[in-house]
Amino acid sequence: MSCFKSKYQDELIANAAYIGTPGKGILAADESTGTIGKRLASINVENVETNRRILRELLFTAPGCVECLSGVILFEETLYQKTAAGVPFVDVLKKGGVLPGIKVDKGTVELAGTNGETTTQGLDDLGQRCKKYYEAGARFAKWRAVLKIGPNEPSPLAIHENAYGLARYAVICQENGLVPIVEPEILSDGPHDIQKCADVTERVLAACYKALNDHHALLEGTLLKPNMVTPGSESARVAAAVIAEHTVRALLRTVPPAVPAIVFLSGGQSEEEATVNLNAMNQLKGKKPWSLTFSYGRALQQSTLKAWGGKDENIPKAQVALLVRCKANSQATLGTYKGDAKSDGASESLHVKDYKY
Amino acid sequence: MSHFKGKYHDELIANAAYIGTPGKGILAADESTGTIGKRLASINVENVESNRRALRELLFTAPGALQYLSGVILFEETLYQSTASGKPFVELLKEAGVLPGIKVDKGTVELAGTDGETTTQGLDGLGQRCAKYYEAGARFAKWRAVLKIGPNEPSELSIHENAYGLARYAVICQENGLVPIVEPEILVDGPHDIHKCAAVTERVLAACYKALNDHHVLLEGTLLKPNMVTPGSKSAKVSPQVVAEHTVRALQRTVPAAVPAVVFLSGGQSEEEASVNLNAINQVKGKKPWSLSFSFGRALQQSTLKAWGGKEENVKKAQEALLVRAKANSEATLGTYKGNSQLGEGASESLHVENYKY
Repeated sequence: MSCFKSKYQDELIANAAYIGTPGKGILAADESTGTIGKRLASINVENVETNRRILRELLFTAPGCVECLSGVILFEETLYQKTAAGVPFVDVLKKGGVLPGIKVDKGTVELAGTNGETTTQGLDDLGQRCKKYYEAGARFAKWRAVLKIGPNEPSPLAIHENAYGLARYAVICQENGLVPIVEPEILSDGPHDIQKCADVTERVLAACYKALNDHHALLEGTLLKPNMVTPGSESARVAAAVIAEHTVRALLRTVPPAVPAIVFLSGGQSEEEATVNLNAMNQLKGKKPWSLTFSYGRALQQSTLKAWGGKDENIPKAQVALLVRCKANSQATLGTYKGDAKSDGASESLHVKDYKY
Repeated sequence: MSHFKGKYHDELIANAAYIGTPGKGILAADESTGTIGKRLASINVENVESNRRALRELLFTAPGALQYLSGVILFEETLYQSTASGKPFVELLKEAGVLPGIKVDKGTVELAGTDGETTTQGLDGLGQRCAKYYEAGARFAKWRAVLKIGPNEPSELSIHENAYGLARYAVICQENGLVPIVEPEILVDGPHDIHKCAAVTERVLAACYKALNDHHVLLEGTLLKPNMVTPGSKSAKVSPQVVAEHTVRALQRTVPAAVPAVVFLSGGQSEEEASVNLNAINQVKGKKPWSLSFSFGRALQQSTLKAWGGKEENVKKAQEALLVRAKANSEATLGTYKGNSQLGEGASESLHVENYKY
């Protein structure tokens, strides 16, 4: 085998496969303190620990939602928080059959000599951190690499650095019992068409899997979190079926069948868009040797956040809003979503230029 | 799309998919003049053009055999030969629904500074040659890269050179309407175990698909011809199920599902071994998003050659021997091969030749 022999081998394979269970997906609730601050500000809520705790409790105890989720990605602070009644969040999740995950990267820094391209940091002492997170109950991790499309971007340097950073992170996770989500996000910012996005996505994913192979990662114990293949944010829209076709084709050309599941990021897509596109992919005929599911942050929480508005009395309403999106996305993983989910603000674009979180 | 936009796009995809039709596979009859000479010598037949022609006619007109073949790889000389009654071989094959293929590499040369590792030549003027072959009726091509397992082998240099040579050849083929068979053969020679072979195979295949992506190759219009994952020739044998499990796993870890078919080489395996292993591969449970078929040379022709012995009166008998192996391998692609009680003479003989060159 080209992969290293981890003592967690069987567990990694089982957990990665579980996350890809048809009908389930991931809630990305791992916004850093700074980023969640912006969300809270948009509904006039103060960015203090209690409010962050309340929001996450709202999400994790929303009735009916855990059935639709195989995993939730947490920020470090949240991994150690509890419900008001004192039950650790990781226990709430585990009891609901949801694997806790942990964001382990430390954000992006610019690559000197490039036009604003970045690499992601967080490798220092990552092994010890992963070990600690495993002890706290985490079973998977996430690391976001970011690339952009431009006249000279992504450059060979950006592709190489981000691919090899992801691969190094992945193997360190596996050494410590965490399934690594490999996330090479290609931002949708720009006037380029869908062909350009497809071209870049295929090139970036090919580089990622070469890097993973070089680093001896166990592919059966990893997940991929890619962007869908879409036109740029400043380019004309296309139908969901077109997005689905280009996306699945790009994956067929680059992602080895050993990878058990692909959990799409939603980028700047609205809640409804993200669901409809995922649904179209699962309806596509042809080879799809991995589960195709979701790992959504904004596209699962937007209407919930609005419904809550920071008020206790709105919690049940907000939790219903979350259930609506969870159910819709669960159906989308089965290709059975009828487009009838009723959410307030579900069609609002969530695109933020040059998004950092 | 990361692949180049060629005018043969749809045709390449259709032909590559056709070659992977369940129940069919490839007869590799592309032995160079030197290599076929050794085969003929082993049955005391003179290595002259008419004998080479007679042998290939025997193969291509074997009653009932062509239905189990989706392609035949030819050496350049054979591409332009005809039956005794004057029918061009390419026409004969096409009429029977068999795509003619052509070997386009020009053999291996040693890489200086390595311990006997090689790279493959043949890129010079390859475009024009492919265009010519397409006009003559060829629809796919083959290029054999060779790697070996040793204490320091395969080296980074050897993997890189062979992978990028294969990718360059592949794109040139596609520009000229030929589906490229990508063949990175890792020789079985050595005392290493199956795990070592698996690790090397995965590393080599990952390098090949990175190179193909770099070169903008249309994967849906290619085929892969890899070695099966087995213990080394000087190591203890394992069961077909173990070979099958390691082989399929290696492919799952490296071969994108866009590739329509994997057509295994037989290496030094006997006719029966090759069929039984291919059968086990098709019986493995799990993800197999590409057809798993054969591209056998020695493992399809061994008993046929022995039965023929160069004698006209033996042609019928020899053709029956070919039919037996063709049918066996066809069943193996469906996972329904039961093992052959009617083994032709030599069907269980190992065909391993150390450091095989052909």
